[in-house]
Amino acid sequence: MEKTAKPKSRLCTLCNDKRAALKRPKTLEQICRECFYTVFEDEIHRVIVDNQLFKPGERIAIGASGGKDSTVLAYVMSELNRRHNYGLDLFLLSVDEGITGYRDDSLETVKRNEIQYGLPLKVVSYSELYGWTMDEIVKLIGLKNNCTFCGVFRRQALDRGAALLKVDKLVTGHNADDIAETVLLNILRGDIARPRAILDIIKSGEDFRISTSTKMPEQGICERCGYISSQKWCKACVLLEGLNRGLPKLGIGRSRGINSEHNTNTKQANGTQSLQSRQVGSLDF
Amino acid sequence: MQLTLEFGGGLELLCDSVKSHNINVDPQDGEEQLTMKNLLSWVRANVIKERPEMFMKGDSVRPGVLVLVNDTDWELSGQLETVLEEKDSVVFISTLHGG
Repeated sequence: MEKTAKPKSRLCTLCNDKRAALKRPKTLEQICRECFYTVFEDEIHRVIVDNQLFKPGERIAIGASGGKDSTVLAYVMSELNRRHNYGLDLFLLSVDEGITGYRDDSLETVKRNEIQYGLPLKVVSYSELYGWTMDEIVKLIGLKNNCTFCGVFRRQALDRGAALLKVDKLVTGHNADDIAETVLLNILRGDIARPRAILDIIKSGEDFRISTSTKMPEQGICERCGYISSQKWCKACVLLEGLNRGLPKLGIGRSRGINSEHNTNTKQANGTQSLQSRQVGSLDF
Repeated sequence: MQLTLEFGGGLELLCDSVKSHNINVDPQDGEEQLTMKNLLSWVRANVIKERPEMFMKGDSVRPGVLVLVNDTDWELSGQLETVLEEKDSVVFISTLHGG
């Protein structure tokens, strides 16, 4: 039901034809719905082409939470792939943390995306990957600090899901708002040093040289699950070990964790056994 | 004056999880027109059932709440001064989420 334009409503500054529907925060242009879709999709296409993000034939997983950002991402990826013949094999990849009333609802949205865009969907769950749902973790450790588990596990779950799908790349719907949010949160927390440090790192990174005699650190793998890690055990395994041993605070805060313990051979052997019985480590990495 | 209100992005939780509301609201005594400012205080009193602070701050919506009048961002129609007309549709979408 199209209403007639009010006398004072302005026309789109791009097409000069339709009624402007929004002021684009990025450019402050007042544009109509159709022109917004056009410039938004064209800009993303330009970024993909200019930075050579993809090669024909690549398999790409789209991290899909069911929220607005990843839903837009799934639409844009499938639309641009079709329109510009990128030649990509696209997949939807979702993580089920096991939070009743939250993720089970949003996974329904992802299932709709699967049908709407005709993209195969893979759901990996904390319960099958780690033997624990977030509901169970919260029951054990309470509402404080549970974000640490959720965040560490989700990042790894996305990687594991990507490996299962044998994709070459994983795209996520993070946007400039999310980056701004992280920086602002750091400042509000009184951590002025962190955003400053990020800017300094970017600046000095531009002039970065590595001495030829320096031995470069190598990315290792977790001794327990085989996931990439710069420590002996990856963070997820440290947290899991804490959960399985009934010491959920292990790996949170500054306490000495697995990686700083010296005589843990026997304990680790036990840990590995319970790990196998819990189905972790059955995934190839 | 008949208006259609829609709440989304979680704001519907503040009004018994009902997303769409057909309402009948008239300009206040002595006023000829109904503005968004009038509508917001009416909505707060008559539609919002709980936690009004999640919807409003001062006499406007809380930052992060997107307002569309007839599918157009209210920034283009004058925000609180936007004058409403019969059968207008007003949409409120919260863009604030956890993560």
